Amino acid sequence: MKVRIHVSLKPGVLDPQGRAVHHSLEGLGFSGVEDVRIGRLIELEVAEDTSDAVLDDMCQKLLANMVIENYHIEKLEQEAAGAA
Amino acid sequence: MRAAVITFPGSNCDRDMAVAVEHVLGKAPIRVWHGDAQLPDGLDFIALPGGFSYGDYLRSGSMAANSPIMRSVVAAAERGVPVLGVCNGFQVLTESGLLPGALMRNAGQTFICRTVPLTVENGQTLFTSAYKAGQTIHIPVAHHDGNYFADNAVLDQLEGDGRVAFRYGEPVNGSQRDIAGILNVSGNVLGMMPHPERAIEKDHGGRDGRALFESALGALNAA
Repeated sequence: MKVRIHVSLKPGVLDPQGRAVHHSLEGLGFSGVEDVRIGRLIELEVAEDTSDAVLDDMCQKLLANMVIENYHIEKLEQEAAGAA
Repeated sequence: MRAAVITFPGSNCDRDMAVAVEHVLGKAPIRVWHGDAQLPDGLDFIALPGGFSYGDYLRSGSMAANSPIMRSVVAAAERGVPVLGVCNGFQVLTESGLLPGALMRNAGQTFICRTVPLTVENGQTLFTSAYKAGQTIHIPVAHHDGNYFADNAVLDQLEGDGRVAFRYGEPVNGSQRDIAGILNVSGNVLGMMPHPERAIEKDHGGRDGRALFESALGALNAA
């Protein structure tokens, strides 16, 4: 099973990297960008019977830092993953 | 009196730390490798050095925090053994949960390498008793991820409990409330971004870091 873990900064945590990218977008003439937040995408290939609880545990123990980050687990269908 | 310095793959201040400990203690610390399952018995002081453990993969300090030796370090810290984490060592301490908060990318996005003024906020801790509260000292920093973050409730608690050991005397990296170093609840774990081990001898350009080791190791010698 293919699983994507989306890790993002919690709301309210300042993201200097996102702010710098925001400025660069404006510098390139892209107007109307209200905010930029940079996160991380982690793709896992795990055994089919891996439970949600185990995935949560992986995120909380290592993949995300719960002090500053949130995570979202996305499970990809096997066909979709193959076609991608 | 037995001291140990832990080395992770990518640590690069472990020798400096060992030399600083030896200068003050008069005896070389035991060098411990990250893959060792156990710390040596009877340790009185453990130092986690600076560097880029595991290449800062995932988040600075996150891989080292989960290395075999850290289970033993966490257990020792919980028994009350003094633990000092400097720079990457501080990041390892927050990632391991021994200290609250997190160290994020510097607000200015750049790696900062210079000597900065620090205010000693609490002169009555295991690590700062040889300083005076309110004293300004000068210690080098060298980091990319030193921007201390914690929510306001945690920050208020740190301040209220006297657990902010050092504060930057000028804006450095965007740290909340200019926090440079903090203690755990019991006061036996100190994490700080500046490098006291790089301010030990006159030839370093200053000796302001020496008193930290004199505090920690001297207090232990007296005990």
